[in-house]
Amino acid sequence: MRILLLSFMLAAFAVSAPVGGASSNDDIVIIIKDHRFTPSEVKVPANKRVTITVINDDVTPEEFESHPMKVEKVIPGKSKATVRIGPLKPGRYEFIGEFHEATAKGVVIAE
Amino acid sequence: MLGALLIVFREVIEAGLIIGIVMAATRGVIGRGRWITIGIVAGIVGAAVVAAFAGAISDAFEGSGQELFNACVLGTAVVMLMWHNAWMARHGREIAMQMRELGTAVSEGARPLTALAIVIGLAVLREGSEVVLFLYGIFASGTSGSALLLGSALGVAAGAAFTALTYYGLLAIPSRHIFSVTSLLIALLAAGMAAQAVQFLNAGGIVTALDGILWDTSAFLSEGSLTGKLLHILVGYTARPTEMQMIVYITTLFVMALLMRLARYSPPKPVAV
Repeated sequence: MRILLLSFMLAAFAVSAPVGGASSNDDIVIIIKDHRFTPSEVKVPANKRVTITVINDDVTPEEFESHPMKVEKVIPGKSKATVRIGPLKPGRYEFIGEFHEATAKGVVIAE
Repeated sequence: MLGALLIVFREVIEAGLIIGIVMAATRGVIGRGRWITIGIVAGIVGAAVVAAFAGAISDAFEGSGQELFNACVLGTAVVMLMWHNAWMARHGREIAMQMRELGTAVSEGARPLTALAIVIGLAVLREGSEVVLFLYGIFASGTSGSALLLGSALGVAAGAAFTALTYYGLLAIPSRHIFSVTSLLIALLAAGMAAQAVQFLNAGGIVTALDGILWDTSAFLSEGSLTGKLLHILVGYTARPTEMQMIVYITTLFVMALLMRLARYSPPKPVAV
């Protein structure tokens, strides 16, 4: 029984470990909490591919969507997703959480 | 409630338009009701499964799993639509003639029905999984879900009504022309799906070549508007197409036309001596 429990814990660790180690130093992170984005304004370099990690802290799923950035990605509750954008010309690019459009709004500024 | 209605409606009409066109395209084929039902039911089951494993799918392939999955689903649908159109190019005329003469359904055509059932199933699966996740969110947030649920139910009903409207609208076309019209609609549908698949591959970081934006018509017609959304589904309208999307769109139309032409060709009958 104890061995079983131990192997479960090991398995859980093995599954969760890569998640923690995935972020690199210049990673941009956006957190969804109470159907709002934090930060709601993100600056990214223009004319470059950029990876944004979106962490959904709510229990409800969200769809990260931006027509200007040509992105749509479903993010289940209590999980995170990788969103790849760009290369973007300098400018403002709005994004929304489609499932809670009233509050979940943000903008990416490419410069 | 209105918000939930709109969100669900938007997802349902995407699958609904495709179902409406497919139903019109199989007009007069015996057994199509069964295949269409199988497609829808399989799609709903698939949607629930995809929603349940959304996290795992998303995490797969270094976080590109969802994009890869969507691209594969769209790519499969494109192939099935090509198969259908090629088959219709060969047999459509006979079916239309028999329909006119007999005024009844014809038994021809079990084969493209599987293809179209798959197309319907995939469309329902893709859009349905988002509806399932959205509904799950309502349950997960617990409180005051009933108004949202009512809104969602109305959204599904409105989406179904829209599907019926598409179908009966297409049925108004005289049977002489219906297969040419539906073949054209399906060709454009497929080209749009292929271009969308390319964008998913781009977003997943898998195909990033030729990703320059060709033009921007978002000020003129936004993809978020209902008209923009409908055109997006029907002909693949994108306010900011990339070079690769344009190439794939045109290539899909070209391949489709070529396949239909090859299928239409019938070798001369051997002369009896």
